Amino acid sequence: MKKMVQTDDLIFEYAKRDEEGNVIGSYRAIDQVNLEVEEGQFIAVLGHNGSGKSTLAKHLNAILVPTEGTVWVDGTNTSDPNELWNVRQSAGMVFQNPDNQIIGTVVEEDVGFGPENLGVPTDEIWQRVEDSLKAVGMISYRHHSPNKLSGGQKQRVAIAGVIAMKPRCIVLDEPTAMLDPNGRKEVLRTVEELRKKEKVTVILITHYMEEVIDADKVFVMDHGHVVMEGTPREIFSQVDTLKKYRLDVPQVTILADELKKRGLDIPAGILRKEELVEAICRLK
Amino acid sequence: MIRDITIGQYYPAKSVLHRLDPRVKLVATLLYLISLFLFKNILGYLVTTVFLIAIIKLSKVPFRYIMRGMKPIMMLLLITLLFNLFLTREGDVLFHAWIFTITEGGLRTAILMAIRLVYLITGSSLMTFTTTPNELTDGIESLLKPLNKIHVPVHEIAMIMSIALRFIPILLEETDKIMKAQIARGADLESGNMIQKAKSMVPILVPLFVSAFRRANDLAMAMEARCYRGGDGRTKMKPLHYTGVDRTAYVLVIFYVAAVVIIGRCVPFHVWIF
Amino acid sequence: MSIKIEHLNYVYSAGTAYEKQALKDICLEIPHGEFVGVIGHTGSGKSTLIQHLNGLIRATSGALYYNGENIYEDGYNMKALRNQVGLVFQYPEHQLFEVDVLSDVCFGPKNQGLSKEECEKRAREALKLVGLKEKYYDASPFELSGGQKRRVAIAGVLAMEPQVLILDEPTAGLDPKGRDEILDQIAYLHKKRNLTVILVSHSMDDIAKYADRIIVMNQGEVMYNDVPKKVFAHYKELEQVGLAAPQVTYIMHELKAHGLNVNTEATTIEEAADSIMEVMAHD
Repeated sequence: MKKMVQTDDLIFEYAKRDEEGNVIGSYRAIDQVNLEVEEGQFIAVLGHNGSGKSTLAKHLNAILVPTEGTVWVDGTNTSDPNELWNVRQSAGMVFQNPDNQIIGTVVEEDVGFGPENLGVPTDEIWQRVEDSLKAVGMISYRHHSPNKLSGGQKQRVAIAGVIAMKPRCIVLDEPTAMLDPNGRKEVLRTVEELRKKEKVTVILITHYMEEVIDADKVFVMDHGHVVMEGTPREIFSQVDTLKKYRLDVPQVTILADELKKRGLDIPAGILRKEELVEAICRLK
Repeated sequence: MIRDITIGQYYPAKSVLHRLDPRVKLVATLLYLISLFLFKNILGYLVTTVFLIAIIKLSKVPFRYIMRGMKPIMMLLLITLLFNLFLTREGDVLFHAWIFTITEGGLRTAILMAIRLVYLITGSSLMTFTTTPNELTDGIESLLKPLNKIHVPVHEIAMIMSIALRFIPILLEETDKIMKAQIARGADLESGNMIQKAKSMVPILVPLFVSAFRRANDLAMAMEARCYRGGDGRTKMKPLHYTGVDRTAYVLVIFYVAAVVIIGRCVPFHVWIF
Repeated sequence: MSIKIEHLNYVYSAGTAYEKQALKDICLEIPHGEFVGVIGHTGSGKSTLIQHLNGLIRATSGALYYNGENIYEDGYNMKALRNQVGLVFQYPEHQLFEVDVLSDVCFGPKNQGLSKEECEKRAREALKLVGLKEKYYDASPFELSGGQKRRVAIAGVLAMEPQVLILDEPTAGLDPKGRDEILDQIAYLHKKRNLTVILVSHSMDDIAKYADRIIVMNQGEVMYNDVPKKVFAHYKELEQVGLAAPQVTYIMHELKAHGLNVNTEATTIEEAADSIMEVMAHD
C-alpha cells in the first residue's frame, strides 16, 4: 500500500529568545519521531497537553517544517518550498478552536474559501461546496452565519471547508477539545462517515481515549517522543502505562483492568462496555 | 447588553436589495451619503425620507432591527445635537439661562443635523444588512481594482475588512464576558472620575487585546492551511456580474440624486416647520 | 447561611423577536457547606442560572435570598454579595491582565479595599491553595502553561475569601491530569475552608466523583435535584436530553439485565468492582 504520510527522524526545535529577540537556546518539541500512515487508514495520535502532538500535526500541513529529518506527505517532501501549496492541498487541517478557523461570514462562503484559493473554476466551487456541506450534514445551514451555530456545527463547517479542497488526508488537531459532549459526538460521527464514504485518510490528534477505539493504529506521544504504538486493543491493555502518560483511560477499560487485578479472568484491552458485560457473563 | 450592537451585521433575508450586485450597493450608498449634504430646504428631506423608507421596505429588514443598531450611537447623536443647539447663534433667541442660549437657528440646525446623521447611519447600515461581508469585500475589491496600478494592495485591504466584520460580534461577546468576570472580582466600572474610569478599563482591555492577538494568530494559520496566498490566481465562488436589476438600480439612484439636488436646492420653497 | 431561589424566571431580550425564556420558575435551596454539581447541555440555562447567584444577571421575576436577605431588595449591597459569592468563569485564564501573577491575584482583594499587605498575604495564601509554586509568583501570567494560568485565575477569586465558590466548567480544555489536579484542589478547599462549592460541568464522571447533590438543568428548568445515585437511576431520561450517566452506571444496569445481582447504584470504579467481585464470589 502507498504511504500517505511518513516522517523520518523528525526533530523540531522552538527557538527560545530573550527580551531583545536574540536566540538564547532552544526547546525540542519533537524528538526523533518516525511515523508511517498508509492510504485510507484511520490513525490516532494521543498525548497530554504539551506532549508535542499538536506540533507534529502542524508538520503534516507544512505550517511548520522540520528542524532535522524529513516529512513526506503523499510522496512530497514538506520542506521543499516549491511544493508548499501541493502539500497543503493534500493534507487538509482542522484546528481546535471552532471560531478561529472560520473565515467566511456565511457558511457556504466559508466552505468555498479553500477552492477559491486553489483557483477552482466557479461552477466547480459551487458543486464542491454543495457536496461537502452534504457530506457533513450541514447543507440546510448553507446561508446561515457561523456565529449562530453551535460549537459542533462550526467544526462540521470547518471539516466541510477542508474536504471541499479534495485533500487526500485530513488532519484533525484536537477538534473536540472545546466542545460539549453532544458536539463531540457530532464531530466524531461526521469524521467516521467521511472515512467510510469518502475513504479519506484521517489523522486524529486528541487526548480523549474513547475517540480512538476505531482507529487502525494509535500513537501515544510524551515529551516529543512516540512512546507507544499499536492497535487500540494493544494500547488499551496497558492501563498503568497510559495513566503514567497522563491520558484519560475510559471507565470500562479501568474497570476491566481493576477486575482483572482482583483475579477475574477478563481479557486485556477491553474497549467497549458490551465487551466487558459479555466477558463477565461468560464467567458465570 | 453589549451584544445588542447590530451595526454592520448581515441580516439574512430574500429581497431585491439582497440580490443586487454589491458594487451597485456601494456606489449607491456613496451617492446617497453625498446626497444628504446636497440639499438646503425641507423638501430635500422629504425626498430623502421617501427614498429611505422605500429602500427599508425593499430590504425586508425589520424596522425594529435597524433601530436597535442606533442604540450604540445615541451618545454621538446626543453630543452633536447639544453642540449644534448651544453653539449655533442664529435668529431669534428662544431660551436663555446663565451661559446657555438657544436660538431658533440653533434648534433648527440641531434637529436637521440629527436627522441627517440618523439617515446617514441608517442608509449605510442598510448596505451592510443586505450585503454579506464577503460580497462587500468583492465589491470593494472590484471597484478599487484600478488602484492596483499604483501599488495599492486592494485585495489585502478588502480581506482585512471582511475579517474585521466577521470578528466584531465574537469580540463583542468576549468583551461582555471579560467585563462580567472582572465585575465578579469586584471591579468597579461605573463610578469615579474620567481618569479612574479609564484606569478601570485596563483589566478589560488587556485580556481583550491578548485574545484578539491569539485569534489573529490562529486565523492566519487556518488561512494558510487552506492555501490562502493573496489575491493572485484566486477564483471566485460568487463572481460579480451586472444584471438587468442592477442596471435599473443604478438608474433609480441617479434619478434620486438628481431629484434631491433639483428639488432640494432649486425649488424656491422656504416654508420651515418652525 | 444559604442560597435560596424562589420562582425565578429570566427572559432574554424581552419584547423583541429574539425573546427567549432562559430560566423557568426555578426553585432551589443550597445550604451552606454543600458541594453541588450543576449539569446540563449547552443552552440548558446552567450558565445563566449561576450568574444570577452573584447578581451579574438580574432575574425578570422571582426572588433570590442570600443568607435570608432578598438580593433584589432596594439598597441591597451587590458588591458585598460578590465578595461572598465568588464566580470563576469558563476559561478564566482569559481574564488575566496584570504584569505578574501576584499582582493579578491581588486584583480582587484590592477591589475589596484591603491594605497592600493584606492583599499580598491573601494572594500568597490563595496561590498556595491552588498549588502554584512560589517561583512563578513574579512571572508574567502570560508565560505560564494553560493549567497554571487557570490556577492563577482561580486563586484570583479565592483571594477574595468568598463563602461560596461557583466554578463554570473549570476543567474545560485541560488534559486528564490537569483536570484531576484542579478538581482535587477544589474538593480539598471545600473540606478545609468549609466552602459551599457549586460546580458546573458537562462531565457526569467528574460530578459523580465529587458532588453531594446534582442539579440537572434542561431547557431552562430544573429537571432533577437529588443525590447522585438517585439522579443516575434516571439514566435513560438523561440520555434523552443529551446527557449521560457515568459509564459504570450503564455497565451495572446491563449486568443486572443479564441476570447478575449487582448494585446498580454504583457510580465509581471502586464501588462497581466491589459489587461485581461480591456477586462473582457468591456463586
